[in-house]
Amino acid sequence: MMNRRGNLKALALASAMAAGTLTFSLQAQAADTIKVGVLHSLSGTMAISETVLKDTVLMAIDEINAKGGVLGKKLEPVVVDPASNWPLFAEKTKQLLGQDKVSVIFGCWTSVSRKSVLPVVEEMNGLLFYPVQYEGEELSKNVFYTGAAPNQQAIPAVDYLMSKDGGSAKRWVLLGTDYVYPRTTNKILRAYLKSKGVKDSDIDEKYTPFGHSDYQTIVADIKKFSAGGKTAVVSTINGDSNVPFYKELGNAGLKAKDVPVVAFSVGEEELRGVDTKPLVGHLAAWNYFMSIKSPANDDFIKKWSAYAKAKGIAGHKDKPLTNDPMEATYIGINMWKQAVEKAKTTDVDAVIKAMAGQTFKAPSGITSKMDEKNHHLHKSVFIGEIKADGQFSVVWKTPGPVKAKPWSPFIEGNASKPDEPVKK
Amino acid sequence: MQTMTRWLVVLCLLWAGAAQALTREEALGIAAGDNDARVEALAKAVAQGDDKTAAYLQALADDAVKIAGSKVLVLHGAQANDPVTGEKVDLPADAEDVMLNNRLRGEVDTALAALKLFSSDVKTRALAALSLLKEPDASRKPVLDKALATEKDPAVLVLIKQARAAVLLQSEVPNDRLLAALELAGSAQPEVLLLLNQQLSAETDPAVQGVIKASLREVQDGLRWGERLGQLFTGASLGSILLLVALGLAITYGLMGVINMAHGELMMIGAYATYVVQVAFRQYLPGAFDYYLLAAMPVAFLTSALVGAALERSILKHLYGRPLETLLATWGISLMLMQGVRSLFGAQNVGVENPAWMSGSLQLLPNLQLPWNRVLIIGFALAVLLGMSLLIARTRLGLFVRGVTQNRPMASCMGINTARIDTYAFALGSGIAGLAGCALSQVGNVGPDLGQSYIVDSFMVVVLGGVGQLAGTVYAALGLGLVNKLLEGWTGAVLAKICVLVFIIVFIQKRPQGIFAMKGRSAEA
Repeated sequence: MMNRRGNLKALALASAMAAGTLTFSLQAQAADTIKVGVLHSLSGTMAISETVLKDTVLMAIDEINAKGGVLGKKLEPVVVDPASNWPLFAEKTKQLLGQDKVSVIFGCWTSVSRKSVLPVVEEMNGLLFYPVQYEGEELSKNVFYTGAAPNQQAIPAVDYLMSKDGGSAKRWVLLGTDYVYPRTTNKILRAYLKSKGVKDSDIDEKYTPFGHSDYQTIVADIKKFSAGGKTAVVSTINGDSNVPFYKELGNAGLKAKDVPVVAFSVGEEELRGVDTKPLVGHLAAWNYFMSIKSPANDDFIKKWSAYAKAKGIAGHKDKPLTNDPMEATYIGINMWKQAVEKAKTTDVDAVIKAMAGQTFKAPSGITSKMDEKNHHLHKSVFIGEIKADGQFSVVWKTPGPVKAKPWSPFIEGNASKPDEPVKK
Repeated sequence: MQTMTRWLVVLCLLWAGAAQALTREEALGIAAGDNDARVEALAKAVAQGDDKTAAYLQALADDAVKIAGSKVLVLHGAQANDPVTGEKVDLPADAEDVMLNNRLRGEVDTALAALKLFSSDVKTRALAALSLLKEPDASRKPVLDKALATEKDPAVLVLIKQARAAVLLQSEVPNDRLLAALELAGSAQPEVLLLLNQQLSAETDPAVQGVIKASLREVQDGLRWGERLGQLFTGASLGSILLLVALGLAITYGLMGVINMAHGELMMIGAYATYVVQVAFRQYLPGAFDYYLLAAMPVAFLTSALVGAALERSILKHLYGRPLETLLATWGISLMLMQGVRSLFGAQNVGVENPAWMSGSLQLLPNLQLPWNRVLIIGFALAVLLGMSLLIARTRLGLFVRGVTQNRPMASCMGINTARIDTYAFALGSGIAGLAGCALSQVGNVGPDLGQSYIVDSFMVVVLGGVGQLAGTVYAALGLGLVNKLLEGWTGAVLAKICVLVFIIVFIQKRPQGIFAMKGRSAEA
């Protein structure tokens, strides 16, 4: 009996000691590394776009670690999969900030996911880098927006389509997935088009649900609408719906010469696996294309190709592709690193202060600058036409970087809003 | 005006036979520089154009021109040629593609069309006239006049007349515009609608306005049939997809009474089987890649059928007559299958390419183009339906299946191994789900949750059609497809989906047995 109890005691002691060492080793490790949260959908409808962003963050982390890390510590990625499920984004953020205690989060694609994360990040005073073009109308102290605001993508694209080279469009189809980004962008575009003298009857706004796969009616309607005057389509379709949309467009013989489609969420990655020959000439507006010639871009593509090959990333190991949100992610993590080094701490408030005015040699060929006040990057705008090989050829660009206007002047009541996060 | 005189010069030179050769400077001017300058250089080169100019423009349109420094090269496969002398040149490593934007591509195309208007081939001439009709430009009137005088083929003559009218529609003389609008009334082309609408908004003369409006109505009337047929086709296409996804369920749920929540995943397995066959063909039989789909169909059928048979044997067999447990068990299986595929192939969608014969479309009317993939899927759905109904109605296995589902004890008394028949029937239903997956891979995305987006639709179709009735499933699928597409035209995709759901709920409330009720004794079983 005694013997047995003794055994039990020993066991309890041993397990307590083991637990002790375990916690100790965890703490030791935590002190050695800086944790970085990666919050991108790796499954579901948005996985087509977001998975590579996760890999881009991991590549940048590898690169930074190879050069000795940040403040003498290695970066340690914490990858979670919110599965294209918007409420899950908030839950995973809570987990990243509360449980894993990450210093910064790189994540989100759709605006609805960012809106879901936002209250959590603000309440727990986290730091989020958001790498995708979006609709503006937001300026949080805890978020840095490394994608384009509407005036850095949507408005220049529409201007181009109205120009002689773009086909002098007179009628507009605004086609999108049904959620906050397309709806707000289209609201801005409608107001902008009206200011240019386009009548309401010449604008047709259409929405489809997430994951929609039957675009027959919509393509037929576009054809019909285009008989009333030179028409252009502005597509804010997001996720894997783009594949059936472009397939239908190609099969239905809607040529870019007659009705150009400009997309805001379609890049090199989304066109992988689509037969692009019938799509030649359709457009996309971004702040980066893989086809841009610059030493920084050659370097970026080379790094990505090597990384994709080494890690055996599906698709990319045979045919590496880079795109705009990948570039924005890459700029974001490098700027964060610079800011941490400047602030000499990963403390969120100090890093936010240090982020103002950071610059980085962007793969798009410019020196990208984080605005001193409004948490957005200054970006050049490029318009590209789809080529037969799935790449884009740049047909128009802004002369230099454009400052972001998160509060679009084309939405009522925005004129009085300050160009910096409001302190609460 | 400047371009017009240039074009005049083109023709005079071209048809007087005094053509000059394309020069290197011209080739370079078209290939590089500011877009306005390129358009001008294009007009200039065509002005002194010959066969070489035409060949060069064709190469430009085909994206086969490269530029290295100030040298322009035309590619023929891997071989580069000088556009002027035609002799072989080494392709420098730093040669860049010559890019045309939409505007330049349009200019090159119409310049080519103007040159092709005098081709010896009737079809080429008709196409050239058609593309000139779509892009009218005052500078092309002399070409059209000349073609009008020489053209012998009556069909092409009509097109040339219309193309000429399209040019005259922008004339400064009101009478010309009036006659042009009258001429265009006979052309049932959607592009003519665009031309007339554009002119109508710019027109100041009330008489011409009236004629344009009348012509517009006439053209619209001519196009109406194409529109209606197009709408019908989209409905039939959606209906055929619904039919395919529901047919398998009509057996497993309809005939056997298994509430199979894993039906969607069986489709997903069929789609992934198609993907695997595609990959295998690309690796081992790249020459026969276009035919991979033919091999994929039996593979998809067998894979899903085997998975289905395994499920039936191992799990469902023990749950017959317990619908609630079956529902939960199959739902659990669906999650497991999804996760299995995710671990095997990754969470991301996989790319399934259309073979060449599934791309493009069939042009029936000027405004009615039927995409090949959808036409073929309608045919495929009908073939599967035919095969399945023959199997159920005419074969010994079909007889057994009907016997067992209608009266199990009696069938058993007659010496039928009912357990084996259950497995066969379930495997058949699963196999058809696999075929549906194979078809879906050609129109949509292939990912682990492919089945999720169709499971609700397939249950809807089977329940609406009447459980246990194949004919009901067919009517319900086509009916839902048509109603959905008609509503989508009015209300948009989001609202149409909601309307259809509400309609079905109301319908099932009023008529729980579906469109077709089972008659006879078996109804109570």
